[in-house]
Amino acid sequence: MNTLYFLVQQTMFFSIPLLIVALGGMFSERSGVVNIALEGIMLIGAFASIFTINALQDYMSGQGLLLIAILVSMAAGMIFSLLHAYASINMKADQVISGTALNMFAPAFAIFVARTIQGSKDINFLNTFRIESVPLLGDIPVVGPLLFQNCYITTYIGLIILVISTIVLYRTKFGLRLRACGEHPQAADSVGINVYKMRYAGVLISGAFAGLGGLIFVVPTSTAFSADVSGYGFLALAVLIFGQWKPQRILWAAFFFGFMKTVSAAYSGIPGLKELDISSDIYKMIPYIATLVVLAVSSRNSQAPKAEGIPYDPGER
Amino acid sequence: MKKLKQWVKTPTFSNVSASIAAIVMGLLFGLIILLVTNPSQALPGFVSILAGGITGGAQGLGDVLYTATPLILTGLSVGFAFKTGLFNIGASGQLVVGAYVAVLLGNLDLGLGGFHWVVAFLAAMVAGAIWAGIVGFLKAYLNVHEVISSIMLNYTGMHLVNLLITQTVYDKLRNQTQPVLQTANIPAMGLDKIFPDSSVNGGFFIAMIIVVIVHIILNKTVFGYELIACGHNPNASQYAGINAKRNVVMAMVIAGALAGAAGGMIYLAGAGKYIRVIDTLHSEGFMGIPIALLGLSNPIGVFFAALFIAYINIGGFYMQLYDFVPEVIEIIIAAIIYFSAFALIVKNIIARYQSKAEEKEKSKAEAAEISAEGGSQS
Repeated sequence: MNTLYFLVQQTMFFSIPLLIVALGGMFSERSGVVNIALEGIMLIGAFASIFTINALQDYMSGQGLLLIAILVSMAAGMIFSLLHAYASINMKADQVISGTALNMFAPAFAIFVARTIQGSKDINFLNTFRIESVPLLGDIPVVGPLLFQNCYITTYIGLIILVISTIVLYRTKFGLRLRACGEHPQAADSVGINVYKMRYAGVLISGAFAGLGGLIFVVPTSTAFSADVSGYGFLALAVLIFGQWKPQRILWAAFFFGFMKTVSAAYSGIPGLKELDISSDIYKMIPYIATLVVLAVSSRNSQAPKAEGIPYDPGER
Repeated sequence: MKKLKQWVKTPTFSNVSASIAAIVMGLLFGLIILLVTNPSQALPGFVSILAGGITGGAQGLGDVLYTATPLILTGLSVGFAFKTGLFNIGASGQLVVGAYVAVLLGNLDLGLGGFHWVVAFLAAMVAGAIWAGIVGFLKAYLNVHEVISSIMLNYTGMHLVNLLITQTVYDKLRNQTQPVLQTANIPAMGLDKIFPDSSVNGGFFIAMIIVVIVHIILNKTVFGYELIACGHNPNASQYAGINAKRNVVMAMVIAGALAGAAGGMIYLAGAGKYIRVIDTLHSEGFMGIPIALLGLSNPIGVFFAALFIAYINIGGFYMQLYDFVPEVIEIIIAAIIYFSAFALIVKNIIARYQSKAEEKEKSKAEAAEISAEGGSQS
């Protein structure tokens, strides 16, 4: 039973950042802007917020500090994603190229600033954010240890974001307009929707979520940030595609990928898998190969937004 | 002079100016960063970026060529795919797969003597070609976008190679591959005499030959013509009887072979580099993207763009003398890619200027005609 609790708790640490970042990517792509810069935005969000924690941890600790870090990470992600929005919406640049530029810029910038200010690229922080057990809820048998012990508030924030995202995308005027801009921007424009504004909104939401995802990824899994989110932004992109740009499916995809990550990190402690003695690299490969298979099977009738990646040109009907 | 004037009107001119504008803006951005972090040292630091490998004399210049060699090949890989309308963001995965095969064969005593490195190098190309061929196949026959499948294959390739290394040519102590046999190292071909103490080797000549071959394929063969036609308009090419699907696969196969060659080049250089078993992608693969963009996907352009990127990279190394962190160079390169994404704007400005100049010339010519007519009448 203890192994099961451990597995579920670990899976949460890996899945929740994937979920949040993939949901961010969903908003951007459904508005019609491809965002492969998720990796870079995650990194900048993590960098800014971990730096904040590092600077403030002598004065405060616990959930209050984490909340400040969350706000910082979202703000940093949004500001950084503005660069992508400006290039791909106003300048009509190739969105993949602009995203690549951001992905290259982020680690170089983070290392440069960290080394210039403090000499080394690693930013240390004290993890004072872990909740041993949520009052009341943590005492429930089975469910308590599974979901409410040894956890972070970010887990619940992630699940709240999922619910809100689903409602916003499918049940609000904003969501409908956003989706229209990703499917047929000319039609959306003809009924008075400002395509540029909607696309800016999509990219900025993705920036905020990806920045937050960066923080949430780093906090439970390490004690120092060294300008690296280990390809999680790209993995989130895979989650987004695996989830076919739909919130619920993204949730399952994130759990599947997170579980695979957990197994690859901890398979030697899992009865049954230990005897099989499969290399951890195999488990690490599975999410990517699974995404490829899903793509190969489903691409003929892909659910991808139709106008994704195409700069909006009002002169074209 | 007349030729120059004519050249100014061609699209090549506006493309080249867009690249140069991106470089200038990127460098200016770097200068601003230097000024913000350390104003007193900013100018000497910036000068040492511009001085590049020259600061290190013959050794520095040799290191520029050494650094440029794999970059030329990954730049060609990305550029070749661009020409066919494909974005090869997977050069990193193709490179590492090629590198592994090269190191594996380099460790086996095949009894080939002087040809050992040739075999290992060619095998690296084949491995890269197969890895990229998967992307081409998925794109052509199953309609999978090449960017997404390449990203997935980058990580798959990285983990696969890590797994295979631990099974075969693993140096457990250092967590990296074992050194290849002496015969598997690419010979220096005299470059060590010109640039003593640097790691440059004959791979640079091989890269130059490959540049020429790719140039010939693209510009002088029917196959290359078909590839470029598919890049411009796949539907029209299909209608004209070109097998677009086969061409997509072939373009990716060649792009992968070039990236695989880069992998072979890095680890058969005998420069003390080994594939490390870590979960990090090879940055050389991603560097191919800015190089292809700056070089306008043209093989000759790619060659010079790779030299330029290698040059300022070495400049970043010498910039550490002025207490700057060498990551400034990566920031500058990222800024250059970002600004080159604005190429459209620069091209539009130049096009406007070009058409204005043309109009002016026309009206001038007309005026001259009228005055000439007037002169003959009186």
